[in-house]
Amino acid sequence: MQDLGIRVLFEGKNLIRLLEGLWVTIEISLLSVLISMILGIVLGMIMTVKNPLVKAVTRLYLEFVRIMPQLVLLFLVYFGMTRAFHVNLSGEVSAVIVFSIWGTAEMGDLVRSALISIPAHQYESGRALGLTEGQIYRYIVIPQTIRRLVPLAINLATRMIKTTSLIALIGVIEVVKVGQQIIEASRLSVPSAALWIYGVIFFLYFIICYPVAKLAARLEKAWNTV
Amino acid sequence: MNIDVLKEYAPAYFSAAGLTVRIALIGIAGSFLVGLLCSLIRYYKIPGLRQIAGVYIELSRNTPLLIQLFFLYFGLPKIGILLSSETCAITGLIFLGGSYMAEAFRSGLEAVPNIQIESALSLGLTKGQVIGYILLPQAVSVSIPAFAANVIFLIKETSVFSAVALADLMYTAKSFIGMSYNTDEALFMLVLSYLGILLPISVIFTIIERKLRYAGFGN
Repeated sequence: MQDLGIRVLFEGKNLIRLLEGLWVTIEISLLSVLISMILGIVLGMIMTVKNPLVKAVTRLYLEFVRIMPQLVLLFLVYFGMTRAFHVNLSGEVSAVIVFSIWGTAEMGDLVRSALISIPAHQYESGRALGLTEGQIYRYIVIPQTIRRLVPLAINLATRMIKTTSLIALIGVIEVVKVGQQIIEASRLSVPSAALWIYGVIFFLYFIICYPVAKLAARLEKAWNTV
Repeated sequence: MNIDVLKEYAPAYFSAAGLTVRIALIGIAGSFLVGLLCSLIRYYKIPGLRQIAGVYIELSRNTPLLIQLFFLYFGLPKIGILLSSETCAITGLIFLGGSYMAEAFRSGLEAVPNIQIESALSLGLTKGQVIGYILLPQAVSVSIPAFAANVIFLIKETSVFSAVALADLMYTAKSFIGMSYNTDEALFMLVLSYLGILLPISVIFTIIERKLRYAGFGN
């Protein structure tokens, strides 16, 4: 009965397989987060440039990526690029490409707003005190930008981790797909497997995202006094 | 890209878009109410309910909608709760959206200065009147930007409903790709449909936000 349904977890290597699937999810998220952070900082700095053409192009990119559901972007790359450029991308590669494109846009906007949120008088006071431009950035602008940026960037990372659950829908074997395989395999021996497996996956995501989100909230509170 | 194929596909996308919009509307309205309730419970620190709301918000914010839907759609029938895919989709969206809306309202409620409430009470308004006339109008107008972001976020999240066998836009695109290999046309229509739904909403909210900022309520 249902009370015993949880035993499906401990049958064979089910739990190990589920955790291996989770590792694929984490790997893809971490890789995408890393790429997005680096490219996002560059994009954010480009976006503060006054050139109208640069502004228009970056704005268009940002708005398009933001307005499209991530699943649509995954479909565009996974099914569309394959046809358009005759390249065969695996689900994993498509996922990293899509999440990097999306993450870069979001991160770029965070960096841009953090940069423009530094009031002009900070630069002017620095100059009045006789600091060089390099010193102004090193001691005044960058420390303040980082304080504003880090909590938001961590929040973005948790959003990206949650969004990676979508890649099961383009056929990547990650935690959700492994869960489905286990459910299919034990359909007769443990009929209530779906309840338990999806319940466990639910909590696995929670266990990963909750501490990270809490850390972001704590940092935000601690640094907000500036 | 073949125009005839696009024309042939259009009606299917139209009805799918209608379904997406309808479910999103119900889900957003539900999320709004749940969020309002949760944020008021937390604002007034109602014992018991407050902890429940807190646990709910953390659970819902830190898990993906897809897993919530799978749990509702495939998991719950095992203990005898059978939901149709539409009910599942709406329930899932409200479960997810409620916590996001609650956070949006919370920042709005916190922005209302205490003096407003004290003044209202000293003028002899009842608790209900304070909420209805003083607290909510100010809190809601402060949380409009966050609310707008959540609405767009929730409409985007509806794209995963195809996974619980709901014939939405993604489902339509996927079946056209599978049936006829007209990948370019199917994806083009998909992007066009989402742009058609989300772009006007995004523009309208931008205008509203700008208007509110001009109004400069409070200080």
